[in-house]
Amino acid sequence: MSVELDVFVVNTTIMDEEVYQLWLDGYTVNDAVKVRMEGGVLEGCEASAEVLHSDTMDQYRTFQMCERLLHSPVKLANQLLFQIPPHRQVMLIERYYAFDSVFVREVLGKKLSKGTKKDLDDVSAKTGVTLKSCRRQFDNFKRVFKVVEELKGPLVENIRQHFLLSDKLARDYAAIVFFANNRFETGKKKLHYLTFQDFAFCAGQLISNWTVGALGDYNMVEDMDVDLEKEFLQDLKELKILITDRDLLDQHKSLVCTALRGKTKAFNEMEANFKNLSRGLVNIAAKLTNTKEVRDFFIDLVEKFIEPCRSDKWTAGDMRLYLTHYTNSAHVLDTFKHQVVWDRYMGVIKSCILKMYHD
Amino acid sequence: MPGKLKAKIVAGRHLPVMDRASDLTDAFVEVKFGNTTFKTDVFPKSLNPQWNSEWFKFEVDDEDLQDEPLQITVLDHDTYSANDAIGKVYIDIDPLLSCEAATVISGWLPIYDTIHGIRGEINVLVKVDLFNDLNRFRQSSCGVKFFCTTSIPRCYRVALVHGFVEELVVNEDPEYQWIDRIRTPRASNEARQRLISLMSGELQRKIGLKVLEMGGNAVVGYLQCFDLEGESGLVVRAIGTACTLDKLSPGTAPNTTTHTNTHTLPNTAPTSNACNSPSKDSKEPVFSEDPPHSLSGPPTPLRTLPSSSPPPFSPSKPCSRQSSSSDTDLSLTPRIGMGSGGSVGKEAGPLKTLLRQHTQSALEQREFPIFTLTCFPPGFLVHVGGVVSTRSVKLLDRIHNPVLGNTRSYKLLDWNSVAADEPETRDAWWEEIRQEIKSHAKALGCHAVVGYSESTSICEEVCILSASGTAAMLNPRFMREGCLDTGGSDHRLSRQPHPGMVGSERGEGEVSSTWLGFEDASPPSCGFVHIPYDEFNMPFPAQLTYCYHCRRQKVPDVLFTTIDLPAEAEVTGKGCLIQARLCRTKKKAQGEVNATSISNLLPFMEYELHTQLMNKLKLRSMNALFGLRIQISVGENMLLGLASATGVYLSALPAPGGIQIAGKTPSDLSYDQHISTMQKRIDDTIAKNKELYNIHPPKLFTLDPEAFTGLNTECIEEVVGSPIPDRQRSSRLFRSTSESSDELSELDLSHGKKDAFVLEIDDTDAVEDIQSLLTDAPIPAGFYSCNTEVMPGIHNWTSGLQMFTSVRVYRLSNANLTNQGLNKIFTDLCENLLKSLYFKLRSMIPCCLCHLNFTVAVPEEELIQVAVTAVAMSFDKETQQAADKALTREGFVCFPGSGENEEQLQFSMELCGESTISNNQPTAKPSGVPESAMVHSSRAPSVDYGSFADRCSTWLELLRLKAHTIRRGSVKTSRRTQLLAHSVSSSERCSPLPEGRSRSLRSTRSLPCGAPVTVVKMTPLSFLPGTRIVKYLGIINMFFIRETTSLREEGGVSGFLHSFIAEVFAMVRAHVAALGGNALVSYSMKECVFMENPNKNQAQCLINVSGDAVIFIRESDQEAIPPLLTSRQTSSTGADGTT
Repeated sequence: MSVELDVFVVNTTIMDEEVYQLWLDGYTVNDAVKVRMEGGVLEGCEASAEVLHSDTMDQYRTFQMCERLLHSPVKLANQLLFQIPPHRQVMLIERYYAFDSVFVREVLGKKLSKGTKKDLDDVSAKTGVTLKSCRRQFDNFKRVFKVVEELKGPLVENIRQHFLLSDKLARDYAAIVFFANNRFETGKKKLHYLTFQDFAFCAGQLISNWTVGALGDYNMVEDMDVDLEKEFLQDLKELKILITDRDLLDQHKSLVCTALRGKTKAFNEMEANFKNLSRGLVNIAAKLTNTKEVRDFFIDLVEKFIEPCRSDKWTAGDMRLYLTHYTNSAHVLDTFKHQVVWDRYMGVIKSCILKMYHD
Repeated sequence: MPGKLKAKIVAGRHLPVMDRASDLTDAFVEVKFGNTTFKTDVFPKSLNPQWNSEWFKFEVDDEDLQDEPLQITVLDHDTYSANDAIGKVYIDIDPLLSCEAATVISGWLPIYDTIHGIRGEINVLVKVDLFNDLNRFRQSSCGVKFFCTTSIPRCYRVALVHGFVEELVVNEDPEYQWIDRIRTPRASNEARQRLISLMSGELQRKIGLKVLEMGGNAVVGYLQCFDLEGESGLVVRAIGTACTLDKLSPGTAPNTTTHTNTHTLPNTAPTSNACNSPSKDSKEPVFSEDPPHSLSGPPTPLRTLPSSSPPPFSPSKPCSRQSSSSDTDLSLTPRIGMGSGGSVGKEAGPLKTLLRQHTQSALEQREFPIFTLTCFPPGFLVHVGGVVSTRSVKLLDRIHNPVLGNTRSYKLLDWNSVAADEPETRDAWWEEIRQEIKSHAKALGCHAVVGYSESTSICEEVCILSASGTAAMLNPRFMREGCLDTGGSDHRLSRQPHPGMVGSERGEGEVSSTWLGFEDASPPSCGFVHIPYDEFNMPFPAQLTYCYHCRRQKVPDVLFTTIDLPAEAEVTGKGCLIQARLCRTKKKAQGEVNATSISNLLPFMEYELHTQLMNKLKLRSMNALFGLRIQISVGENMLLGLASATGVYLSALPAPGGIQIAGKTPSDLSYDQHISTMQKRIDDTIAKNKELYNIHPPKLFTLDPEAFTGLNTECIEEVVGSPIPDRQRSSRLFRSTSESSDELSELDLSHGKKDAFVLEIDDTDAVEDIQSLLTDAPIPAGFYSCNTEVMPGIHNWTSGLQMFTSVRVYRLSNANLTNQGLNKIFTDLCENLLKSLYFKLRSMIPCCLCHLNFTVAVPEEELIQVAVTAVAMSFDKETQQAADKALTREGFVCFPGSGENEEQLQFSMELCGESTISNNQPTAKPSGVPESAMVHSSRAPSVDYGSFADRCSTWLELLRLKAHTIRRGSVKTSRRTQLLAHSVSSSERCSPLPEGRSRSLRSTRSLPCGAPVTVVKMTPLSFLPGTRIVKYLGIINMFFIRETTSLREEGGVSGFLHSFIAEVFAMVRAHVAALGGNALVSYSMKECVFMENPNKNQAQCLINVSGDAVIFIRESDQEAIPPLLTSRQTSSTGADGTT
């Protein structure tokens, strides 16, 4: 005797969150049954593994049918096929769009193309996230990317509107989209110590300060949150004077050193490295007009600034102190006329470096 | 030309991509009614088209309005090739034809395609302007209300119950027409769907006409069924109870306790019996052409019986009317003679006799004193006799056997020649069955049958017609002019009202007052269990005792019924679902031989099912069954029998005895030991069950001390020994009095005064019985189950409910299974299914699975299909325990909820929060929805958003609000809605093809498809706990076919059926919402026919669902609503106050 067909359909679709998570994590039905058995779901119920299997199958089918709707969450709210209570809908969406940080770290900044998707089995092997789950997460990234890519308006807001995600998750997706669009290099070994949240924070900084949208003018251009503002990048070239003009460089250094003297143990190292560090930061700024250099933005920050500081054993406090004075001192320089651009640049750089400066 | 139908096509959404090149669709709509078709403009390149059409007007006869559905077809315009159909929507206009039901159909309805399922939604508006047609000869019956509910609908009061109405319509099945060979599956499916829709419309209209003729205005307990007879056609048949209903004005709750007293109708008393008795004879059915044959039924089963157990079914008579052998057809005449003779009763109390005579006379005017109701107004049900049932095996095919050709019940089914006669053949079949039912009831001393239902099981050319009900005595007050009715208004019976009728009205007042006096003398809570038949002239031997409640009247020791537990009944403890399952192999055969072998098997099956039920009832220490439904399904090589009922302990009936196991050869010591262990297990189980169901009957009423004595061997011997002659006598009696064995034998407890039910272990059957008794898995803690409307003993329902349908198909791997092996498998199937349900619904604990309705079928050789529909309702444990305690202290647990408990009904779960909000504006029908959606694009965005925020009654809004709670401060408020609009329009891109990209999206008009989705609750019960139904919007009766040629791709059979059932639910909900309702009550899935061909990667499924669309409001203000109404809704009346 074998069960040929076995379905259970309810009027108000209620899903077991645990099974949903197993499904999202890419467990097969049999594996999910095992996990549930070990989790003790049968305790207290006089049910057998058979019952559990049937239940798991039912739920998996429901999820599969829902998946199509989850691809456009707005539809989930006004579709008629499943009657799902609103708070459940929120849960379904939020969990569906949730991602593993280990996974996202692997694809962050990569082109969301078919080629990348083909390599997901390697990613799966490396991260321990099942291939199925990898694909779902990747497709989510790609889907969000496609939808918001050409939309007007603020990126985070667009994502939230279209995918009904929580603010936190929408911001994360904004970061992913932003990274994918600008193709920031995040995979180099030197960057491995950085978490997704580090990058997400930086992306947030870049989005809110360096894009067209940052100026609050949403009516002019498309993609204003996704691309860095061209004019601004052009203006950044002007900052080169800080390192090309020897007087200015010396003046800047003395101002910073005066301010720092006695306030930190690493003062000597700071003084000795000032010119190198300053050159590093200003060069990064100057090169950003080149799209290829933009991709290396984070690796440059690490190589040119963070690593030297780390080898000199700066503390986080040292870093903050240094960057504050480094930024502010430029304002005192008489011949330096690019204060606005400088602030816009250094504001982001400072918060990014502070976020990235850890082990 | 008395009707104008108006339809407007507003918009579509979520349409499928029909043009691969652009990933878009150029959709337009055809609106068809009758032969008139209108078209909308093509709305190019959009998946969310806005047609906003003019009003399409159809001027039609109201007859057509009743028959025809409005057919809406959505198509994709194609310049170069034929337009592709996206899908269809059929809209039943009927609810709009009654002024008390819905006034407009408006809302989003799923567009359905029989191959692809739901493909987007369409927003329509439908209205009807009806001109009054007072033509006496009209063919339409607009305005007659239909209810699937088998009780008096909640917001109505019954003025009169007119009686049984039935009709059937026959047509050729399009699937079997020659044209089907050349047309596409889609065309064939649609032809079938449309035809069935037409036929149900016609059927409803015809029934409506009969109701009008009878002077009624409504049909309650409307049960419509399809028989897919294959080659021989398609039968749509319906039965119901015609009533005159008065609408209760909202707010005025009916006082149910005083209802019977206040409600006085001067002319309701029955006409005098004296005048009527002659007419009875003239009404004798003309079946007595065949000389009465003593049944050639095999006497053998008697010997195979465990000698000590009473034969509840007399096996000597195949209750099926086996048509293949003419000698099995029995005349009804002697039966009726006996029945009426018994019912007249010489020695019974004068009042009783009087009552019987009078009620009888009122009812016997009808051809069929049959009622499909299962739940009655207080005082309606006087006595209950027992279950009556009949089965009949028929051959559907053309029969060329000359012998059979002579048989009256056959008609040659040849489409070319006698197709037109066919309905009459079917009519005659059912008529025959109803007559038999009627005579069975008479044999039980009853004049009416309640809780009546009919069903069929078809396998190839063999068809088993079944009917069952409960013989009962009814209060004639509700059925005034039985004499003026033309019975079931069947053409055969449309005779003149008896001349004596009119004159007899004088005496009525006296009679009814006598009756009232009688009623006063008898406590209403136990009246219905008192035997209706005459104690000294019983049609069968039964063990009678004095009623444990009033001690005046006699009661049987066990009572089986098909009705719901009457509100006034007193129950000790809780009830539970009791099932008997049986599987019998049969040889594959053709035609006549097949029919014969089936009808030979039927009585044995019924008998065994009955024995199982009886044993299980005893094992649970209960003494009555309600909602009994015995289903026998026929397959090519087996018969399946499934009996489900809800067992209870009626306080008025004697306590059931235990089950005693007896060995035939008590010499062997180890054998004795074996028996005693078995006995111990059974005793333990009984004790456990008593605890579980809280059955602690009050001892103070124990009249018969012997009922409680332990059983010693002496008793057993006595029991073992004595029944044999008894039974022989009883079966002889059966044969002479009535052919119906089953219903009578239920009361046939011939084991003398001993209450023990003895099973003999030597008997293999008994071993099997014991096995099946003990293998029934106990219900997990926190769960209760029943197949009736509500569970006796549970009152404090919360509003948490979950309706579900589960379908399983099993393949029997081994073809050579024995009966016993099959039984085991079948029992396991059912048990596993139940276990699975308990597991899945564990989050609702404590809860009760109500109205558990099992349907079994044998779709193919070696396949068993079991479908279950039920509702899980959670209740509040704390108050439950408190109530239990309080009530047990009083002596026994009264079933009807006390007012206190009723007040605690307000508990929310899952949807409750939202629905409460939405229910604050019960009048805010979805009709407003599309309008707001339309205005949306034109209105100023900021205003729009405000309105959104204000009205958080829908899920979408809630979702959005949730998503918006944290906003970036920089975003200006005025901009938000604009963004919103954009966001929705571009959501198209995420539709089926994720790769789809198109710049043109921007150009499409942006319209949020965010129309709110109304939450629609569905339940097989006639009420929703904690709520009040304020309006019935009309009947929902839908038939869908789904077919696939890519079974594997759709997730195999399970995936296919899962999505189909989900789609059916969605369509039902959408249609309820479009009528302005928020719930569907009395929901049932009448048909679920599943066929597969995995080799061809194909499957097909047909589903028929029905129910009553209603508007309910939550009973938040308890004080405003008298608790009596509440108690009526939970079908537990305030009558308990009198006990």
